[in-house]
Amino acid sequence: MSRFRVSVHIVPRKGLLDPQGKAVTDALHALGFSHVTDTRIGRHLVLDVTAESAAAAEVSVTAMCDKLLANPVTEDYQIVSTVTA
Amino acid sequence: MKFGIVTFPGSNCDVDAMHAVTDQLGQTAVSLWHRDHDTQGCDVLILPGGFSYGDALRAGAIARFSPIMQEVLAHAERGAPVIGICNGFQILCESHLLPGALMRNAGLKFVCDWVHLRVEGAAPAFLSAYQSGQVLRMPVAHGEGRFAADDDTLDALEGNGQVVFRYCDAAGRITPESNPNGALRGIAGITNAAGNVLGMMPHPERAVEALLGSTDGLPLFESLLARVGA
Repeated sequence: MSRFRVSVHIVPRKGLLDPQGKAVTDALHALGFSHVTDTRIGRHLVLDVTAESAAAAEVSVTAMCDKLLANPVTEDYQIVSTVTA
Repeated sequence: MKFGIVTFPGSNCDVDAMHAVTDQLGQTAVSLWHRDHDTQGCDVLILPGGFSYGDALRAGAIARFSPIMQEVLAHAERGAPVIGICNGFQILCESHLLPGALMRNAGLKFVCDWVHLRVEGAAPAFLSAYQSGQVLRMPVAHGEGRFAADDDTLDALEGNGQVVFRYCDAAGRITPESNPNGALRGIAGITNAAGNVLGMMPHPERAVEALLGSTDGLPLFESLLARVGA
């Protein structure tokens, strides 16, 4: 067994109002960054897990996302990196 | 009739709910701890408001896995009544006993205020003591009360009469101004398809006597009494 560090992005689903994201988009526009068309604000989780392989670590983190870490009604998640911890 | 009121770490409306159903409704009630495995023969279970587990991750996300929730699920599956108020509503959605989710208020602020609600839907267990279309006045106090679901789910909720309370103005009109959190279609409370599980963001247990500013919450509990029997 090895230790892996798995990073997950969880963001509000497109199409659902993200009031924090909208406030940030508006602020960026006010600062002249008028080319920003959308901002989604979510969570970034870094999990240290033990697993046989990087692939197995990702399988287990996917199960965690489905069961607890993300809300399937309102959020999308993506494993963005898996490295040896 | 015997109520069971579940206390999670961080619940803060459990005592209010106890007061409503004992002192005001005149029924018996027991306090249930989230680690309990037994609902002690209660007829109705209430998941009260508060900030279970500090709202860590998402409101209700961790409370959903408390041991007592297995008993709440079994109680609901038997067709027995369950009420989730505020954080309790969030827990019921996270548990998939109710569809949809409660998201951060559209205005980003915690809203602590009085709202008007219009009674709708077809859930006699909770509504028989109200008139359809009646306008109620109740308090809200939440930061994550914006009900959200996909369009198919919203259409099904409305089609089945599962939308039981909508935010409205004093005249009963559904307007954007009367919606405190941006809830889709102004939804303040829903039931499951069977009509025995109710979730709502406003606080009926804080509107059960004139001293509190409203008695409009009491008929909800009286409806249950009429259904279950004393």
